Amino acid sequence: MSARDIPAATGNGLVGILPVLLSAAIFAAFASLLPAIGMGSVLQWVIPWIPSLGISFAFLVDGLSLTFALLISGIGTLVLLYSNSYLAGHPHYARFALFLLAFMISMLGLVLADDLILLFVFWELTTFTSYLLIGFSHGSEQSRRNALQALFVTGAGGLAFLAGLILLGLAAETTRISEILAGGTAIQDHPLYAPILILLLLGAFTKSAQVPFHFWLPNAMAAPTPVSAFLHSATMVKAGIYVMARMHIAMAGSDIWMWTLTILGAATAVYASMLAVRQTDLKQALAYTTLMALGTLTLFLGQEEGYAMTAFATFLIVHSLYKAALFLVVGAIDKATGTREVDALGGLGRFMPVTAAAAGVAALSMAGFPPFLGFIGKELKYAGALAVTSEPVVIAGAILLANALMLVVAGVVAFRPFWRSQAAVTRPIREAPWPMLAGPVLLAALGAAFGIYPDLLQSALVTPTVVSLTGDVGEARTLTLWAGVNLPLVLSIATFALGLVLYAIHPKLREALIEITARIPSLDRGWDGFMDAIRRGSEALTHVIQTGRMTDYLAAMFTTIVAALAAGMIWGGLPGLTPIGADLTWIHLPLAALLLAGAAQTAFTSSRIAAVAALGVVGIGTALVFIYFGAPDVAITQLMVEVLVVVLIAIVMLRVPRLKAAPFRPLHAIIAAAMGVVTTLVLLAVVSVPLDRRLSDFFEAASWPDAYGRNIVNVILVDFRALDTFGEVAVVVVAALSAMALLRGGRSSEGER
Amino acid sequence: MNSVILRAGARYLAGLLLLFSIYMLLRGHNEPGGGFIGGLIGATGFVLYAIACGTADARAALRLTPEAIAVAGLGLALLAGLSAALFGDAFFTGQWLFIGETEDDKGLPLSTVLVFDLGVYLAVFGSILALVFTMEEEV
Repeated sequence: MSARDIPAATGNGLVGILPVLLSAAIFAAFASLLPAIGMGSVLQWVIPWIPSLGISFAFLVDGLSLTFALLISGIGTLVLLYSNSYLAGHPHYARFALFLLAFMISMLGLVLADDLILLFVFWELTTFTSYLLIGFSHGSEQSRRNALQALFVTGAGGLAFLAGLILLGLAAETTRISEILAGGTAIQDHPLYAPILILLLLGAFTKSAQVPFHFWLPNAMAAPTPVSAFLHSATMVKAGIYVMARMHIAMAGSDIWMWTLTILGAATAVYASMLAVRQTDLKQALAYTTLMALGTLTLFLGQEEGYAMTAFATFLIVHSLYKAALFLVVGAIDKATGTREVDALGGLGRFMPVTAAAAGVAALSMAGFPPFLGFIGKELKYAGALAVTSEPVVIAGAILLANALMLVVAGVVAFRPFWRSQAAVTRPIREAPWPMLAGPVLLAALGAAFGIYPDLLQSALVTPTVVSLTGDVGEARTLTLWAGVNLPLVLSIATFALGLVLYAIHPKLREALIEITARIPSLDRGWDGFMDAIRRGSEALTHVIQTGRMTDYLAAMFTTIVAALAAGMIWGGLPGLTPIGADLTWIHLPLAALLLAGAAQTAFTSSRIAAVAALGVVGIGTALVFIYFGAPDVAITQLMVEVLVVVLIAIVMLRVPRLKAAPFRPLHAIIAAAMGVVTTLVLLAVVSVPLDRRLSDFFEAASWPDAYGRNIVNVILVDFRALDTFGEVAVVVVAALSAMALLRGGRSSEGER
Repeated sequence: MNSVILRAGARYLAGLLLLFSIYMLLRGHNEPGGGFIGGLIGATGFVLYAIACGTADARAALRLTPEAIAVAGLGLALLAGLSAALFGDAFFTGQWLFIGETEDDKGLPLSTVLVFDLGVYLAVFGSILALVFTMEEEV
């Protein structure tokens, strides 16, 4: 169901408001840390988790993580507020808010984690929750496909990431990230450095959608627009960026780091800008510009120089602000007009003045015009690019091209829908309600405010972030609107000129780009074939293993048991067996006779119900054996189980067709006989070694004084080994529930599942 | 099964078995018995009732759905284990309270171990009934 089919409502009641308040409180809590972090302190909070492996719930707040935490919780709050209006009255809004909040908390955990394993846990949680969010409109097949694609790509990257983290933990001999970082670049001399780096980057690149793994991100736009604004601009896709930034102190500086990040980052930035200009769908266009931003951020992380680091920190914030604002604006346009196609939109400025203004400010920041923060970000980008050691001209050229194309997209997304003359208005268009305006307006205003007063941002976030990246406060460069006439300014002017020219010829440019990009292969095209191949393969395998006949499964299981036990006895040799008969008394004989008679009757009868009853005789005989040897608890349990098994099997057996005249099945007879023989041999072997009474002695001695119980069996069950019992009971419950589900054949009392 | 004698008898037998099952649950710590056995015996009572009078009647007599009872039992057992944390002990450490304790008499012993056993009782009881009822209805 798309958002616009929903009748107008003002919100979702308490379910809509509570998440907003909660995330606002989280934001306020992080904001209160700003002064301390701005002073250069680092906060840590540790509780042990798995001390034997040195893994702990360790969290760390420094400039980098606080910047991310503020972006996540701040934009999260605005997005939740926006969603409450955007999805007002949606039947599953509670679910949506839960997913979004769960995602936000996972993401916060990810940027605050100070332990490799903890980091991974949150990493996977963000993958999982974002899968739920992308597939929120689960009625649409496209939406399900794209959610699954995002899950597969980032999940596969996550596996590589886990391997990289484990190797890193082994190489550094600690899982604490702060300790690894404190070791400086020592890790780069370790022989495992290259594999660690490659595995970590695989994880980061899939998560942050770098070429060639970029294809899932635009597809993930199947999500409701607020989700795209949150996940695919400010947060989830930056998780990979965050990890690269986090590891920057320890990992950066090597050739492999620099070249990989520089080349792939630059390629992503340029390629994505071209794809962005090609799009006619506003949201898709924004999705590709996000890719461009991610590429640029990756490119800067490849460097070590102060300008590049400052550019990274600034652009990270700039981009989150304007991109989230623009996504929310596009959502508002979509909601008001029912379309996101750029060619169908125009003249909205008269009807939606506030939205138009917010969009305009955000877009000017995106295009890099002064006096907005985007301009400072762009100046720094050029300064950073010119400072790179490898190929400053190529990098600066790439950034110039990407920025010019960015200007085009900014115009297409935020200018044309509002100000292009358009006569045909097919439906009454109203300004968005205030909760949907708060986000774009506030985010755009912040972009302007920070542009005019860059000092605010500098001391609070940018400098601490650069310190996190380099460990050196001297590397932080000053954010300033007017740095005098220098090369970055010249490049800026060149960008504007090129961008405006490209904007003027935009329709032709788009057609040309469609032709060019169509020739570049993308993994997305092979995706469905790949998924089908997996599906067919597993189906074929399942048919081989699962014949659907119970007798086949049992035969396979018992053959395996016989083979394993026989192999064990042949391998290990049989201990000297105790001769039987020495301590037989008269009571053993009727017991044995009862058991044997029951077993024989079970095997040879042609009536199912008789077989069940005979099996019950065997069970009751076993219970008698337990009683005779002084285990009343076991005996009672055995009796009860026997009764219930007879009842259960009888219920089933009464309803299946009669057996035909029992055919002799030699294979099954052989398996049964072999099972009997090896079990007997194992039991004889067991009783021939002296009984180890250490445990029995302990429980006999400790049961009353320690656990106040005289029934040792029960005391073991409920006290000494209570965890085991809990596990067993859980298995019983799960088995019963699964059997119920199977028996009911997937029918459910609920309407929707 | 359509038998007047069984139907008449099942009513009383089921009650007796249920009573007996609680007796078995409570004596379990010192004498043969316990939550597992108690749950099995209690379930047998209701299975008998279901065979004699039909699952619909048995479900009505039970009031709660058996799967809810099973899950509640599992939750109760978990709570009993977690409660040790309140006293600063490790997971599943038994906590005891002796009411009316004197020099030679321990008084009435109450413990989280008993709560745990009750959880086991309910989990076993509910699981078996869930399985048997569903089989009776669906097979």
